[in-house]
Amino acid sequence: MMETVGRIYRVNGPVVEIAEVQSLQMLDMVEVGSLRLVGEVVHLRSDRALVQVYEDTTGLRPGDPVYSRHQPLSVELGPGLLGSIYDGIQRPLKMIQENQGFAIGRGSHLPPLDRTKLWKFSPQVVSGQEVSSGEVIGEVQETGLVKHLVMVPPSVSGKVCQIVPSGEYSVDQEVAVIESDQGKYLLTMSQHWPVRRARPYRRKIESAEPLLTGQRVVDTLFPLVKGGCVAVPGGFGTGKTVVQHQLAKWSNADIVVFVGCGERGNEMADVLLSFPELIDPRRQRPLMERTILVANTSNMPVSAREASIYTGITLAEYYRDMGYQVALMVDSTSRWAEALRELSGRLEEMPMEEGFPAYLPSRLAEFYERSGAVETLSRRTGSVSVIASVSPPGGDFSEPVTAHTRRFVRAFWALDRELANQRHYPAISWVESYSEYLEEVKEWWDRNVSSEWLALRYGVMDLLQKEERLSQVVKVVGPDVLPPSQRLILQICGLFKNAFLQQNAFDPVDAYSSARKQFLMLKAIIRFYQKAQVAVKSGMAVSRIRQSPVYQKLLRMKTDYPEDKLSQLENLIGQIDDAFQLEEF
Amino acid sequence: MIRYDLREYRGLQEIVGPIFIIREIHPVGYNELVEITDNQGQERIGLTLEVGQGYAVVQVLTGTAGLSLQNCRVRFKGKPVTIGVSEEMLGRVFNGLGEPQDGLPSPRREEIADVNGQTINPTARDYPHKIIETGLSVIDVMNTLVRGQKLPVFSGSGLPHNILAAQITRQARAGEEDFCIVFAAMGVKYDTARFFLRSFEDSGVLDRVAMFLSLADSPSIERLMTPRVALTCAEFLAFRKGKHVLVILTDMANYCEALRELSTLRGEIPARKGYPGYLYSDLASLYERAGVVKNLAGSITQLPILTMPNDDLTHPIPDLTGFITEGQVVMDRELAMRGIYPPVACLPSLSRLMKDNIGKDLTREDHPAVAAQLFSAYAQVKEIRALAAVVGEEELSPLDHLYLQFGESFEMSFLSQGIEESRTLEESLDLAWEVLSLLPREELARIKEEMLEKYYQEKHELSGSH
Repeated sequence: MMETVGRIYRVNGPVVEIAEVQSLQMLDMVEVGSLRLVGEVVHLRSDRALVQVYEDTTGLRPGDPVYSRHQPLSVELGPGLLGSIYDGIQRPLKMIQENQGFAIGRGSHLPPLDRTKLWKFSPQVVSGQEVSSGEVIGEVQETGLVKHLVMVPPSVSGKVCQIVPSGEYSVDQEVAVIESDQGKYLLTMSQHWPVRRARPYRRKIESAEPLLTGQRVVDTLFPLVKGGCVAVPGGFGTGKTVVQHQLAKWSNADIVVFVGCGERGNEMADVLLSFPELIDPRRQRPLMERTILVANTSNMPVSAREASIYTGITLAEYYRDMGYQVALMVDSTSRWAEALRELSGRLEEMPMEEGFPAYLPSRLAEFYERSGAVETLSRRTGSVSVIASVSPPGGDFSEPVTAHTRRFVRAFWALDRELANQRHYPAISWVESYSEYLEEVKEWWDRNVSSEWLALRYGVMDLLQKEERLSQVVKVVGPDVLPPSQRLILQICGLFKNAFLQQNAFDPVDAYSSARKQFLMLKAIIRFYQKAQVAVKSGMAVSRIRQSPVYQKLLRMKTDYPEDKLSQLENLIGQIDDAFQLEEF
Repeated sequence: MIRYDLREYRGLQEIVGPIFIIREIHPVGYNELVEITDNQGQERIGLTLEVGQGYAVVQVLTGTAGLSLQNCRVRFKGKPVTIGVSEEMLGRVFNGLGEPQDGLPSPRREEIADVNGQTINPTARDYPHKIIETGLSVIDVMNTLVRGQKLPVFSGSGLPHNILAAQITRQARAGEEDFCIVFAAMGVKYDTARFFLRSFEDSGVLDRVAMFLSLADSPSIERLMTPRVALTCAEFLAFRKGKHVLVILTDMANYCEALRELSTLRGEIPARKGYPGYLYSDLASLYERAGVVKNLAGSITQLPILTMPNDDLTHPIPDLTGFITEGQVVMDRELAMRGIYPPVACLPSLSRLMKDNIGKDLTREDHPAVAAQLFSAYAQVKEIRALAAVVGEEELSPLDHLYLQFGESFEMSFLSQGIEESRTLEESLDLAWEVLSLLPREELARIKEEMLEKYYQEKHELSGSH
């Protein structure tokens, strides 16, 4: 069994100091005290070590033994991950509930993957074949949606000297033996990987395919690519979590890993209860079949919260290596940063701005750099996109976590309190948000939707910018002093915000808009503007526009035209021309 | 086996504020109970904050006044702080540590529970789904309270948050058989506690209330224990006895200040405004004790009250609270000045759990749309008022004037209601339609055609029917 590698010297919250240390390495996993609480070595100095413990340390006392696992904090990877819910260090919460009841006890050592479940394994290699790291040796239909590829672990390669025939096996059973110069490797369907190290790939590639989310303000105004990174900052109550949930439900990723990092228990309960009921709109299967949840709610131990985002991204990388497009949602990275700060404080490190440790930016950089589209070791293409919410204190975007995150992401969806107060959801500000992926996704839109897309998108952004300036003027002198052409801009932007940007996550029709629907809606509004511009120039009163039947139709087009009635939406664009010709006002 | 819990030590090394350091002791556990007998023979209790080889740092929950280095005796109990809990705690008054304050003997204990509670496994939680009608239009229609929710009241000094909390408590219990209240006061004046006591008395629920009072003159350190003791009692009543428990915690700002005091004394590195970096985790360990658990009958709903220093919503206390709780009810000084009760600032107030629990088959089909329309129209009113303040009302368009009328009517007849007045949800929604009908039909873009068909009446009809 495990040997004793030291004794507790001091306990200060989740940080435990160990004396008489023998043979410990940095980042080794240790088990502390008689309950064998799991922890990680974060500091070594002569015969002393500091350990951050992933569980509540109540009752630990000096002199208690410490054991080492002699390996860094790792996750277990294999079939059975999808549909599971784990805590920050990949302990299976459902199984814990079955064993311990509604409260989480301490010292649980349940394995992440079900040992008893049999999986139908079909081999993809034959005996005698040379295989290299990352190569696929077999397949398992993990869920109705996802085929799981069993891969040779990254450090292993050689000749297959044994492979089991097609049949049912558990994750513990050997499925292949690989022989190399260093010896024989017995492969099961599962493997381990240290969470703080990025999984290897052949090379990074450029990605030009948008990660479509069905959210109009995102896809049309501030798009994201598969393999991209976006930060979603917002004060409390601005709708970060709803945005995250919408993306988890509707984005066209193959796999979604959702990390609830230090957030509310009731929200996780919502995800847990609603996802199994929700159906993937593209493939008609329960969404849970493509989802892994990592839940470390705010009342669960702070060190496990710090580890949870690494656990999440490692799971994401594993499916990326099978050639899937993976979306990793983290809600919220601020809680992770605060956990880092709390632990840093307990380690008595020198604080920098707002008490955060000096290594905050480098940790953020490391994390975001693990995203991207890659060519995998087995020459497939896969990607990990990161959608990370940030919870700036007081909604102030200049605070360290938001400010540093901005440096490492290429898209920024800023949530605005004013908009949220008006119940304008999603409250993504068109003034402060940006996306550097616009030009990259243009080609996709050109090819699949229309070549007008980018021009229309810039057109409407231009109007919104003008409106922003005009509304400053209106605040001072009122709208009546503006010339009609400018009042028209205010009117059209009002229409655009109501009819296009606002999207009701809880309305069955409005919750999701296809790229085509978004384009048609955008086009209808711009067409209406162009026609109205001419009409206003030739003397029509701006106030009459609002009363026109076609304006009313535009106002309700998001709910009136479901995805199967888009041809009628096209007709509506034609009606705009007619309405202005006949002056049906 | 050595019985360490029987060992007694005499003499301390250092006392600073509510903390003392003791050396040359056996290895003691972290976060465990300490009993101290002072020079006068009085018993006090404490908690180990940090333990090391041969020493421990202890916080004394009842304060260190009167302790000396030489003569006090210390025993380490080798277990976390626990309290005895029972159904008989209802109808009783305790201090912040759970000791009876009403002159009666300690209630018979049914169980002994750790005051730190247990972490509810997220997979075991049930999503809160039963709404609580409070009889207040602004809450029921626009910020619906749900059983198992934690909905704080963000207020300021001098605003009627206590009156509002008492009214909610009084009216929310209607028709509820196994309903009870756990009330925890941290650092408030006796007047506040007496106000609640009288309110419970008047509404005849006193025998269903357990009160934990750590008033302004108790040692500030005791406040750190009070909400934990109260929630432990609430958990027993909810999850062991199947009751629906409403927990009122007032005032959370005092709790946070006690935490800052302790943190500063320990020389910890502060985060914002001197509050410790773990304020979020610490608050979460209290607020997350609200909820509903699958296959268990009871529930815990929390109504924490906090006064925002300088009415500042971005102050760390309301800010971090807002990040943990499921919404907030924000009080508005301007409305209060104009004599409007309840002075709830509608736009920054929010109930996160409302969206899934209202509408067809749950409350009334028009509820979600009406709520959304009220928010958006009232936001419009605020903008127009700001404009009118600059250019004068005369310069406004006829439509703007209609909005101003709507705003006035919304505040005076929908928002305003009497301290004793309880409206059914049906009544509140009808009232909402009455004020919305002051606006032209095409302005109500958040409401679908068929709903407008059914509920909207032109304003002249409105004046006819009333």
